[in-house]
Amino acid sequence: MPKIIVEIMPKQDLLDPQGKAVANALVRGGNKDISGVRIGKRIELHFDREVTEKDIEEAKKQAKEFLSNDVIEDVVAVTVEN
Amino acid sequence: MFKNKNQPSGVDTVENAKSEPDKDQPWKELGLKQDEYESIKEILGRRPTSSELAMYSVMWSEHCSYKSSKIYLRQFGEKVTPEMKKHLMVGMGENAGVVDIGEGLAVTFKVESHNHPSYIEPFQGAATGVGGIVRDILSMGARPVAVMDQLRFGAPQDPDTTRVVHGVVDGISFYGNCLGLPNIGGETVFDKVYQGNPLVNALSIGALKHEDLQLAKATNPGDLVILFGARTGADGIGGVSVLASETFGDEGPTKRPAVQVGDPFAEKVLIECCLELFHAGVVAGIQDLGGAGISCATSELASNGGKGMKIQLKNVLLRDESLTPEEILMSESQERMCAVVPKKKLKDFEKIVNKWEVEYSVLGEVIDEDRLYIDWGHEEIVNVPPRTVAHDGPVYDRPVEYPKYQDALNADSSSKLKRAETEAAAQLMELISSPNHADKSWITNQYDKYVMGNTALAMPDDGGMMRISEETGLGVALATDANGKYCYLDPYEGARQALAEAYRNVAVTGAAPRAVTNCLNFGSPENPEVMWQFKQATAGLADACQELGIPVTGGNVSFYNQTGETAIYPTPVVGVLGVIDDVARRVPSGWQDDGNNIYLLGTTYDELDGSAWAKDLHNHLGGRPPKVDLQKEKELASLLYGATQQGLIEAAHDVSEGGLGIAILEASLRFNVGARIWLTELMERDGVNLTAALFSESQSRVIVSVGREDDVKFQALCEARGVPVLRIGVTDKENQAVDIQGVAKLDLAAIRGAWAGVLPGLY
Repeated sequence: MPKIIVEIMPKQDLLDPQGKAVANALVRGGNKDISGVRIGKRIELHFDREVTEKDIEEAKKQAKEFLSNDVIEDVVAVTVEN
Repeated sequence: MFKNKNQPSGVDTVENAKSEPDKDQPWKELGLKQDEYESIKEILGRRPTSSELAMYSVMWSEHCSYKSSKIYLRQFGEKVTPEMKKHLMVGMGENAGVVDIGEGLAVTFKVESHNHPSYIEPFQGAATGVGGIVRDILSMGARPVAVMDQLRFGAPQDPDTTRVVHGVVDGISFYGNCLGLPNIGGETVFDKVYQGNPLVNALSIGALKHEDLQLAKATNPGDLVILFGARTGADGIGGVSVLASETFGDEGPTKRPAVQVGDPFAEKVLIECCLELFHAGVVAGIQDLGGAGISCATSELASNGGKGMKIQLKNVLLRDESLTPEEILMSESQERMCAVVPKKKLKDFEKIVNKWEVEYSVLGEVIDEDRLYIDWGHEEIVNVPPRTVAHDGPVYDRPVEYPKYQDALNADSSSKLKRAETEAAAQLMELISSPNHADKSWITNQYDKYVMGNTALAMPDDGGMMRISEETGLGVALATDANGKYCYLDPYEGARQALAEAYRNVAVTGAAPRAVTNCLNFGSPENPEVMWQFKQATAGLADACQELGIPVTGGNVSFYNQTGETAIYPTPVVGVLGVIDDVARRVPSGWQDDGNNIYLLGTTYDELDGSAWAKDLHNHLGGRPPKVDLQKEKELASLLYGATQQGLIEAAHDVSEGGLGIAILEASLRFNVGARIWLTELMERDGVNLTAALFSESQSRVIVSVGREDDVKFQALCEARGVPVLRIGVTDKENQAVDIQGVAKLDLAAIRGAWAGVLPGLY
């Protein structure tokens, strides 16, 4: 299925409580070399047809304005799987 | 990488400040005024280093220094009698006031604003608002036991209101529910004046034993200064000076600085850790980190204790190693506390924080010198008298001007509005289904209300009530109020009314009012007309507190609440705390039994100016707000207290916004018990027409339901206390309707349908 994949991460300088909790758990589990974890999200937009340039443009716009909260998050990638 | 220890790191040091006196500094960008910058130079005898500039700018911001409000806030301390202070253990100036409630127990409570952050990022803004006020309560040595939120949103239909409502409500419920604290009440108001500037005020209550009281003081030289809790990151840097003290442009949220992100689970651990530290007696002083972060904590602890400090800033545990010293000083990372610990207690301190897996680092120590020294490695970057940062900031007596619009506004009475008495029933239904009077459970049901099992009353009752002692049932009740419309019409009377209503809302629960907190939300202090509103409101509140005999224990001022040039209505949120010796005697706001008599206490005047009837039904706001007679409020409260002590009252509900009509509907909806009401006697006795009888917002009124067997006793009590009393109906369980004779018989199911569906429909 053709899809556009949007990847979003919490802004670098903001606290990521989820990442912190997972990092603590990993270290407790013996992974002493892991010094930090940050958790973002991956959003797939599915299409029943080929993805066009226009779709990508629109996806980028939606990624910035709607799918992410640009006060606390960054869109780090918008990619296509056709 | 190995760096030579003595190599300069490039930061601006005290040395540099002396050798390069003329360096250009961004004082303006940091929100300082020219004369403020000059006075910093005067204090130091040189230009400030960039770290000192960061500290002064953030601590001298309106939010931290109260520079425009200080001269008015003094009256809360001056207009008190020794009698009023009888129960006050800690008054204004500390993190929160502490009130003795007997049995060796005390409570601490405070309300604070988080308005601007909650507009920019509603979820995190509201969440960290809860987190911040809870840490204030914690820092007094108390266990936080409940929270409340006072919310003002823009026009209900505006799409941006949807964004803000969802974010704020989700944020509050997320943080509060994760902490496991019940949210026991608050307010929700919609009005387009709050469109670009919603108000998100957060209140918390904590309970403590007298001996557990903690203060934010560093008094013993040699004691260690320890920062513990979350690590310091680049959260909300400059948030205090930039976020909280500047106005939004008309174009919406364009200014988007980093906001703070809260972690309620970290805060929960911090609460338990702090309480164990307090009980173990290892802490000599404690301060939470909120706005202005380390700048505030170090300078305030030192200044409060009349001592100094020597701090090594490199010892601060960082989440982001690239932070500059200025950023570290200003960071508003959440879930951090600063403790002053005697050296010999360090081992005990470490044992406890390690048990809770809370990170800590020793920043430095208290010194016997009136100086705050902060080093960055081997370089000195701050060398200031702590008082000049924390307490002796600028104080402004800003210009005050009677608003040009005021006379015309007051002359524009609601008496010109048509009173179509045949439409009274339709108007009542329209009002109960308007967003301001509709069921708020869509919001309050998202909050835990009963977690921990000590909630005696919560929304939709008039006040929240918590049991503090599980052995004796000793408890406290709390209510907050503010009517922005009344305050706009007359800020002096409006502020008095806010206090009167909160006082009454506590009294109807069966508790005796004891202390006050406030959160004064206003427009820009640089606007002389806003400053006039502020002057009037603070005078009104201070006078009213004196008249009622209950002291202000603390609070918060939020200025610059405006969009462009348009300020919000002056909104002084007033919270009143009451004490009840046994929460089993609490009185709910709705009737429960069949055939009980319904009485109206107090007198109804023709007071429709500023009412919900005028504003929500006729879009009219003008004239004079209802008169407040605090002597009457006192008599009413004392009657209610006496009657509940004797168990005479089954239900009591405050008559306020929307008038008697709305009060009757709300009391019926509470437990789904109807009523038969007659108003002709009331109209005759008080000389008012039907519209005024139903919708007037006259003060000092309460409706109560009383069992038939207690009738004689109750009426005699009212007469003895001189409170006007009139039987206006009986409760009716059978008919499932509110039957107001001569108006309409309204089906309870129909009323509920109109009332309950509004907020879920909108959001």
